[in-house]
Amino acid sequence: MSDDGREPGADSPMVEVRRVTRTFRQGKRTVPVLRGLSLEMQSGEFLALMGPSGSGKSTLLNLIAGLDRPSGGEVIVGGSEIHRLSERRLAAWRSRNIGFVFQFSNLLGALNARKNVAVPLLLTSLSRKDRQNRVAIALDIVGLADRGGHYPRELSGGEQQRVGIARAIVGDPALLVCDEPTGDLDRGTTVEILDLLSALNRDHGKTILMVTHDPLAAARASRTLHLDDGRLVAEPAADALDAGETAA
Amino acid sequence: MSALPLIGAALRRKKTRTFLTFSSVVFAFLIFGVLSMLRVALAAGVDIANEDRLVVRHRVSLFQMLPESYEADIERLDSVVDAVHMTWFGGVYQDPSNFFMQSPVHPAEYLDMYPEVRLSEEEKLRWIETRNGAVAGRASAERYGWEIGDRIPIQPTIWRQQGRGDDAWEFELVGIYDSEVEGFDETQFLFRYDFFDEARSFGRGTVGWYMVRVNDPERAAEAAAAIDDLFLNSEAETKSEPEGAFAAGFANQIGNLGLIVTAILGAVFFTILLVAGNTMAQSVRERIGEIGLLKALGFTSDRVMRLVLLESVALSTTAGLTGLLFAVGLGAALRPTLATYFPGLFLRPQDLLLGIALALLTGLVTGIFPARQAMRLRTAFALRRL
Repeated sequence: MSDDGREPGADSPMVEVRRVTRTFRQGKRTVPVLRGLSLEMQSGEFLALMGPSGSGKSTLLNLIAGLDRPSGGEVIVGGSEIHRLSERRLAAWRSRNIGFVFQFSNLLGALNARKNVAVPLLLTSLSRKDRQNRVAIALDIVGLADRGGHYPRELSGGEQQRVGIARAIVGDPALLVCDEPTGDLDRGTTVEILDLLSALNRDHGKTILMVTHDPLAAARASRTLHLDDGRLVAEPAADALDAGETAA
Repeated sequence: MSALPLIGAALRRKKTRTFLTFSSVVFAFLIFGVLSMLRVALAAGVDIANEDRLVVRHRVSLFQMLPESYEADIERLDSVVDAVHMTWFGGVYQDPSNFFMQSPVHPAEYLDMYPEVRLSEEEKLRWIETRNGAVAGRASAERYGWEIGDRIPIQPTIWRQQGRGDDAWEFELVGIYDSEVEGFDETQFLFRYDFFDEARSFGRGTVGWYMVRVNDPERAAEAAAAIDDLFLNSEAETKSEPEGAFAAGFANQIGNLGLIVTAILGAVFFTILLVAGNTMAQSVRERIGEIGLLKALGFTSDRVMRLVLLESVALSTTAGLTGLLFAVGLGAALRPTLATYFPGLFLRPQDLLLGIALALLTGLVTGIFPARQAMRLRTAFALRRL
């Protein structure tokens, strides 16, 4: 059952974005960032969002993840009309349904890997033992079962990102939203992280929405959407993509 | 939810800054504890003053003498139960820095007036039997290493002995008193008035002041007026007042202590509020990204506010308690040395509780603004600071 009482149908998309607009105020000006955008995403899909800087990728990601509210239109995730939820219910919804992977792992430096992964579970009523079990499973999935006692400063950039992914999946959310998950990594580590995300999608059934500038990352997705100026566009020509990459 | 791991992580994030903030709060509460102890010590006479005891002194000043014959006149009043006299001796033991109160008294009368003074029956008897016998408070005895039977020379500064110039008075220590009443002066040195009166070179038949017990504490003011009326228009008019008021007046000779202590504490706490408040605000500013992360993970704004507030309260309360414990330790360490000047140097339970409440309040006040700032952060905006 979803938070707003609707029962998602078996064939309902995991994510439905309907005619969504999002504007921001800049002084006296109103700047449109998303202009009536619609999309659907099926459960188990691995979707990449690409586009130049300022095209609205992260804004769209934030709306789908329940971090921001649309100026108009509807956002329905897992059957929940999340644009209608109160702040409090939206926070609770996020904790149960969304796993976040950021460009930088953003681990708390004073906590070891195990405790960092356990942070989302502090919001649950799980027993200490159950929390420990879940953390152990999450660390095992990302291949860091033996690194749980290490602090972020003792881990490589790739390992830190793996801990960040373990933190994202420890609550077993259906949807993972990834904002430039490989943007801060070298090529070798990027491949490792993309392998991990692919495995989570393929072997664990996680639906993944990933914002990226990296064609290598986008190539792992089952579908890629391109945004430009707040709208979905057909795949841009290679030279336009190069220009966007340069701008980014 | 247990917030402890997150609070611990936040406090460990910048260890040096946390340590410095912690230290400043510890120091503030150390000052609070010490000043509270000093205030209590200086007002000890007021606090332990008996409501049914009056002090009768010369109307002009404490240092003007009164006739010894007043004792019988005072005791004849219906409202008076008993009266004893004391006199400021002001002698020096070995070194002028060895200051303690010395006074000639009538032993039996004095002990009746002050049941707080605890001496064994044998000591009382020896004091009454020994002409140059003296008793000392345990604090002085321990400080100067006196034992019963010791001969103690006191160099006169006012009361010289007849025909003996500046020779020291020599007393035999026949008893060491202590008291169950916390804060009672255990530094006094008391000896027999008859021995003193016969030997002194001037002022025979005079005394410094009287301690008078009245039969009805509720009517102590009336009794004081009756005593003063008794000696009106005489050569030595009197001023009578309750023991507490006398002690307060004596303590306040160096100023309004309560006001001074409150002013210092106010300045200290205002400074600490600024320091700790600024540190907390800075800490939150630096953690906007982390706070955004917690909100993204599902921490509600209220929960984030509580986390920041708890962090501030935890720091302030722990540091406050540490400062108060240091003050208690310092008081215990200095009590034997300072007993002469500050008898009853201890932190009262009510001051300890007040200190804990202040530590809690400091945490709340310094934490509330950063906590509200954290609460109001928009998640998507905060995440951009990651």
